[in-house]
Amino acid sequence: MIALTRRYRFPAAHVLRSPALSDADNERVYGKCANPAGHGHDYGLEISVAGDVDPATGQVFARDRLDALVGERVIARFGHALLNEDPAFGACVPTAENIALAIESELAPAIAAERPGAHLLRVRLEETRKNSFETGEAR
Amino acid sequence: MPQVRLTRAVEFSTSLRYWNPDLGEAENRERFGRKANRHGHNYRLEVTLVGEPDPVTGMVIDLKDLQDVIDREVMVRFDHRDLNRDTPYFDKEPPTPENLARVIFRLLHAALPSGLLHGIRLFEDADTSVELSGDSA
Repeated sequence: MIALTRRYRFPAAHVLRSPALSDADNERVYGKCANPAGHGHDYGLEISVAGDVDPATGQVFARDRLDALVGERVIARFGHALLNEDPAFGACVPTAENIALAIESELAPAIAAERPGAHLLRVRLEETRKNSFETGEAR
Repeated sequence: MPQVRLTRAVEFSTSLRYWNPDLGEAENRERFGRKANRHGHNYRLEVTLVGEPDPVTGMVIDLKDLQDVIDREVMVRFDHRDLNRDTPYFDKEPPTPENLARVIFRLLHAALPSGLLHGIRLFEDADTSVELSGDSA
């Protein structure tokens, strides 16, 4: 297996409150993240793409194309935004887990369509230096 | 005994350019853009081994032995060298991090005791890395 990883970052705001929980339960579950006024993070994002190495370019995936896909589909959409207002989080709370899953489902088909033989291997989202979240194949 | 993975990291610096000698100047420049110019990188290499700790020493491998292998197979060959001029690996394929990682994986795989190498991760810069594992050499 060979995979390419590129690192990105974007700032975003969110409020962690579930409509299925009472105010008291929201504050118990999410603590200070439940502040209705919101808060935000500089998210670090690592996108890993696996596949064969193209003999002509020596690359698993073209860097500029990966940057363009992540730029258009993730950073332009989630960067400098209140995530709760995005349709991806209409039915779920924009926890880092759900953000990572939303990014995975947004990018996986686009990456496969861009280069047959390549696929999204992993999404790793750093919410803070202490907390990070991964979907896909473990390292 | 359960298996444990251990990772040792080193850094090395090289010059390089993406260049296929079978192609002309114009085609190399069109295919590889600015990377067809001679440039350089500080690479970071993470070498991950997997195994059961020895019951006596408590080690998967003596880290000094691992460092000796990395020095001999990687540092002597690549550090402060030119990947195109000083090594035989990039006559037919450009020294992308993918191709450099495959060369390093093959060298380490051949030099380490069988079954010990789990994988490597090669950072070209802080934002770009390539990982290789299994028998993908």
